[in-house]
Amino acid sequence: MGAFMPNMSPRLRRPLWIALLLTPALLLMIGFVTLPILSAFVYAFYKWQGLARIGFAGFENFRLILFQPPFSTWTYNAFFHNLIVFVSLMVVQNGTAFFLAWMLSKGLRLHRFHQVSLFLPVILSTVIIGFLWKLFLNPLFGLVNQTLVAIGLASWAQPWLGQPSTALASLIVVNAWHWVGFPTLVYLAAMQRIPREILESAEIDGAGEWTRIRRIVWPLVAPATTIVVILTFIGSFNWFELPYIMSGLEGPPFHSTDVLGLYFYRTAFGTVSAALQDFGRGSALAVLIFLFILCISAWWVRILRRREIDL
Amino acid sequence: MLKPWQAALYQALLVMTSLVMLYPVAVMVLSAFKTTGEIYASPFALPESFALRNLATIWHETRFLAYLGNSLLVTATSIALMLAAGTLAAYALARYAFRGNEAIYLFFLAGLMVPLKLAVIPLFIELRALGLIDNRLGLVLVYAAMGLPSTVFIMTGFLRTIPAELEEAARIDGAGEGRILFRIMLPLSRPALVIAGIHNAVPIWNDFFFPLVLIQSDHAKTLPQGLTVFMGEYSTDWGVLFAGLTLSALPLTLIYVALSRQFIAGLTSGAVKG
Repeated sequence: MGAFMPNMSPRLRRPLWIALLLTPALLLMIGFVTLPILSAFVYAFYKWQGLARIGFAGFENFRLILFQPPFSTWTYNAFFHNLIVFVSLMVVQNGTAFFLAWMLSKGLRLHRFHQVSLFLPVILSTVIIGFLWKLFLNPLFGLVNQTLVAIGLASWAQPWLGQPSTALASLIVVNAWHWVGFPTLVYLAAMQRIPREILESAEIDGAGEWTRIRRIVWPLVAPATTIVVILTFIGSFNWFELPYIMSGLEGPPFHSTDVLGLYFYRTAFGTVSAALQDFGRGSALAVLIFLFILCISAWWVRILRRREIDL
Repeated sequence: MLKPWQAALYQALLVMTSLVMLYPVAVMVLSAFKTTGEIYASPFALPESFALRNLATIWHETRFLAYLGNSLLVTATSIALMLAAGTLAAYALARYAFRGNEAIYLFFLAGLMVPLKLAVIPLFIELRALGLIDNRLGLVLVYAAMGLPSTVFIMTGFLRTIPAELEEAARIDGAGEGRILFRIMLPLSRPALVIAGIHNAVPIWNDFFFPLVLIQSDHAKTLPQGLTVFMGEYSTDWGVLFAGLTLSALPLTLIYVALSRQFIAGLTSGAVKG
């Protein structure tokens, strides 16, 4: 760099060099992350018509979303579904992941193969996974119902995505299938860090497999649990692509798969049938979801960190 | 040590899990070679012939190649921009002491927790003002920015581990700042660059949300978005649908099978302690 600035004193050259290194990243970050997020907070306080701000609205957008039916009804309905998604994924997806990781950590034959196959869906687009399972869950010709018929359980066959009682649950199971490899490998990495001697001495002392899992492994993988809980939480409250592909923008049937992501998108950008879009209410909704995710995550990180033990 | 019956039980459960993960993928690939009638009538059978009819339909009658090209272009450009900007910034943060260093590092890190989807309305308005709506460059800028926090995090962590002696020796030999960066630091950083690259390339390649909002013209659509177009057009022709899904999954699956270690390390980095 001396060649570019031959006459500059070294005292000035160094700060300039550092500024040069930082500038492109800071510009990108401020322009396309910081500014948009701060703008969302501002936009939420305005009344909008299409793409134009037409006046200050105070807390009106927030009031509509939180207290004025039908908007508030949709908000709470969607929020409740996000909550179900989060809790179910914690149990179904991450619970499975923990035990899969424990079995993988034994280093049995084929364990490498099992890891690679578990992680395969994780690298694929939600669009692919969503369409694939939408075909599999087709009531007449889908693989799931065909399998049930083939093994003599024809009476269990149902229109999985077409009835409110099973639609959301089906989406949750597909999501778990798609992502289970991720928490599994996070847990596996944490389990492989547990010193062998601890587990071996516990075994010599007569601790059975289950006791070792509960008393040694579970507490020692607490940092992994923190990460898994937080990522699942953020993912659940940002859920959009899977319900969009598999059910649709309105969260059918009868809003039984409606979640905040779909509701936000509908509010902000309208739907094919009703092109009504409202950037004000959309921004207010985004701000509320954003603050909710941020506050709960920060609070949980504090709580969960407390149970972590450094090895 | 595991008792033999325990090992057998665990192995059986793991084999079952692998089947649950792989069987649907196998059905997808096999169905790509079947006619729709075959899929309806005999979903579990092997295809009667490995005819390439469905794949040919995708190839000739849809814009699959254009979508694929757009995905490649957008992913490659945004990753290049992200790695260049992120590594330079990380280098400044990792190797130089200056006022504001910690604050700037934390500023980037804060971006890790931010779901940028929620800022899509301002992004839409901003890109529209810049004339970048319905433009692949708009996507590139958003993706590059979105990937910066993790890139800065991964690269700063790595660059801090390079011993200071290397730098000092080069300085004594008369190397300038630029020479130290490009001839010593960057070549050593290759493994971390791969991790940061994969960590962001896979989600960018797979993203559907931002193209949905920011891209409208068919010629500019990326693969996941294009997939929704022909899934709608051919909704009754299941053979073609499975062929489309198979072809869309193929590029990343092939790379993943070859580089599974790097993919797993890359995608779980940040969630796993090094």
